[in-house]
Amino acid sequence: MNLLFDAIAWILDPANWSGAGSIPQRLWEHVSITAVVLVIASAIALPTGALIGHTGRGREPAVRVSGGLRALPTLGVLTLFGIWLGIGLTAPVIALVILAVPPLLAGAYAGFESVDRRTIDAARAVGMRESQIVGKVELPLGLPIVVGGIRSATLQIIATATLAAYIADEGFGRFIFQGLRTRDYAEMLGGSILVIILALVIDGLFAIMQRLVVPAGVRASRTRELRSRPTRSRAVVGQPITEGNQE
Amino acid sequence: MTWLWSNLDLVGELILVHLALSVPAIILSLVISVPIGWLAHRYRWSRGVLLSLCALLYAIPSLALFVALPPITGLGLRSPVNLVIALTLYGIAVIVRTAADAFDSVQPEVRQSATAMGYSAAGRFWGVELPLAGPVLLSGLRVVVVSTVSLATVGAVIGVQSLGSLFTDGFQRGIQAEIITGIVATILLALALDWLCVLTGRMLMPWSSPRRSRRPALSDVRSIEADPA
Amino acid sequence: MIEFRGVSKRFPDGTLAVADVDIVIPPRKTTVLVGSSGSGKTTLLRMINRMVDPTSGHVLIDGTDVATREPVALRRSIGYVMQNSGLLPHRTVIDNVATVPLLRGERRRDAHARALELLDTVGLDRSLADRYPSQLSGGQQQRVGVARGLAVDPNILLMDEPFGAVDPIVRAELQQELLRLQGELGKTVVFVTHDIDEAFLLGDQVVIMRHGGKISQAASPTEILANPADDFVAEFVGADRGKRALHVTEVGGRRVVFDGDGRAAGVLAS
Repeated sequence: MNLLFDAIAWILDPANWSGAGSIPQRLWEHVSITAVVLVIASAIALPTGALIGHTGRGREPAVRVSGGLRALPTLGVLTLFGIWLGIGLTAPVIALVILAVPPLLAGAYAGFESVDRRTIDAARAVGMRESQIVGKVELPLGLPIVVGGIRSATLQIIATATLAAYIADEGFGRFIFQGLRTRDYAEMLGGSILVIILALVIDGLFAIMQRLVVPAGVRASRTRELRSRPTRSRAVVGQPITEGNQE
Repeated sequence: MTWLWSNLDLVGELILVHLALSVPAIILSLVISVPIGWLAHRYRWSRGVLLSLCALLYAIPSLALFVALPPITGLGLRSPVNLVIALTLYGIAVIVRTAADAFDSVQPEVRQSATAMGYSAAGRFWGVELPLAGPVLLSGLRVVVVSTVSLATVGAVIGVQSLGSLFTDGFQRGIQAEIITGIVATILLALALDWLCVLTGRMLMPWSSPRRSRRPALSDVRSIEADPA
Repeated sequence: MIEFRGVSKRFPDGTLAVADVDIVIPPRKTTVLVGSSGSGKTTLLRMINRMVDPTSGHVLIDGTDVATREPVALRRSIGYVMQNSGLLPHRTVIDNVATVPLLRGERRRDAHARALELLDTVGLDRSLADRYPSQLSGGQQQRVGVARGLAVDPNILLMDEPFGAVDPIVRAELQQELLRLQGELGKTVVFVTHDIDEAFLLGDQVVIMRHGGKISQAASPTEILANPADDFVAEFVGADRGKRALHVTEVGGRRVVFDGDGRAAGVLAS
C-alpha cells in the first residue's frame, strides 16, 4: 500500500503541476491527440460504415478488414511507424488512426444494419429518397450503436496513446516511461492512475451520451421488449431490399 | 528476410514464451468467466453490477493496468505472472458479457423440458445449458484469443519478454525487418490459436454450424422461427 | 384505373415471381389480390408504386406508364399500408401520419392539423397523437398505418396484408372499418391477402393468383363462387369441399341456413 501512497503523493506534489512536462500539459497532450485521431479516423470510418450498412454491399470485406486490423499488435504498428517517420507526433497519429478505424467501422455498419429492414422498406414505400432514409430513419435509429463504436474506439485511442509515449514525447504515458527509466515507481504508478481516471471519466461521459441518443420512441419500447422481443429477422439484416420482396 | 533467417532461433523461442503468457491467460479467463456469466444470467440484480464492472475493467488502458497491478498482487513489475493476471482480467471483461448472453440464448422451453425430464440443477447445467451456450461462448472466446495474443506484446515495454520484444528491440536498433517479423508472427499466432478454437468447437459441438455461432443474442434464436420472411 | 399489360418479373436469383400478367384494376373500387405465398401478389402490388420494376411489360396508371414517373414522386402520390404497420419507431403517431406531407414540403402546422383529422377518420382518439408506435396496440398501429396511407389524399391506396399480424377479433374490426372508410372515400384500393374470406369480404374484384405468378381468375366474388375458372380456384375458395355450399333446414318453423360443415350460419329472412 505504501507504493500507492507514494503514487498519490506524487500526483498531489505541486512540483508536478507546473512547468514543462507537468500533469496539466500531459493531460492536454493526451486529450488533444485522442481528439485529433478520433476526428480523422471518424472521417474515414463513419461514412464508409454508413454506406456499407445502408447498402449491405462490401460487408464481408469490411468485416474481414476490421477483424484483421484488430489482430494487429498495437505496439508493433507504433514502433514500425516510429522508425519510418522518426520521433514526433506524425508516427503515433497515423498508427493510432489505423488502430481506431476497425471499432468505428464496425460500430457504424452494425448501427445502420441494426435498423429493422421493414421500417426502411416502409420509409421507401411512402416515398423517402435514399438520402432521407439514411438521415431520417437509419441514422437516428442506429445512432446508439454508432456511438457505442465511437466509445470503444476512444478508449482504444486513449490506451494506445499511453503506449505511444514509447515512441513520442506526449501524454500521460511519458510519466510511465520516465519512471521506468529512472526507477521511480511512484511516478509510473501515478501516471498510470491518471490514465485510468481519464479513461474512466471519458467512458462515463460516453455512457451518458449513449443513453441520450436513444430516440424517445425506441426508449418507450424498451420496457415492453423485456416481455416481447421484436421479431426482427437476422436473416434479412444486411440484405437490402433493393428489388422488393418475393413474398 | 535475411534478418529472419539469421534469427530463427530467437523468434521460435519468443513464440514459445508468448504462448506461455497468452494461453494460460485465455484458459483462466474462460474458466473464471463462465460461472460469473452464469450468475449474471441467472440473477438479474447481479447482471448490471457484474457487467458494469467488466465494462470498467475493459476501459482501463493495458499499460496502466500492467503498472498498477504489482502493488495489489505483490509481484514484481517484470514478473510474467503479473502480465498473465492482467491479460486474464481483460479476458474476463470480455467473456463474462458473452457468457451471460450465451446462457440467455438457451431457450426457456428447452430448459423447462430438461427440468421436466428430470434433470437435476447441476445435471441440467452440464448436460443442457452449457453445451447449448457453447457456440456463443466460443464466439466470445475467439475475440479474447485474438486480443490476448496482441495485448501480450505490450508487456515488452516494461520488460516482460514476448514477441513484443521484437518491437522494442527492433525500434531501439532501427531494424525494420525485426518489427515486421514480430507483427507477422503475432498475427499468425493469433490466427493459429483462433483456428484451434474453431476446430475444438466443431469437435465438441458438432450440432452447431459455423454460421450460427457467429452472432449471439436472444433475438436471434427467437426471430428465426418467428419471422415469415 | 391501373392496368397491367403483359407484366413479368424475374428476380436476380432466377425466380419468376410474376408471369405475363394482364389485368385492369377499376377506379374507386377495391381489388383484392389473393393467393398463397409465392404467388407473386405482393410483387404485383409493389410494381404499382415502383418498389419493384417489371422485367417486361408495362404498368399504367390512368394511361401513363409508371416507368416514366420518378419513383420517389410516384410513391408520394400513392398511399401504402403494410403488415406490421411499418411505422417509424422514433417518431410520434402524429409525425408518422404527417410523414409524406412533410416530405412534400408542407408546413408543419398544416400537416399536423390534417393528421389529427385523419386520426378521427380512422377511428383513433386524438389523445394518442403524441404517443410512440411502441406504446400502441397492434390494431391501433395498423390504424395509424392506414391514416398515414391516406395523408396526401391519394387516389390509390395499396395495402399489403395490412391486417395479417393482428388477432382475429381486431382484424374483423379493422375490416369493417375499411369497408366503412371505402364507402366514404371511394379510393382505388389494391389489397393483398392470403385469406380468401377477407378477399370476398372486402373485394369488389377478387384476383386469385397461383404459384408462379399467374392469374387464375379475376372476377367479382359472386362470379368466382358461381363459376370457378378451374379446379385450383374451386379448391382455393373451398367450393369443391362443399364448404361454401349452404343448405336450408326448417327448425322450429324458421328456415336456418347451414354451411358445408353443418354449422349454423344464419336464418333466412322471410
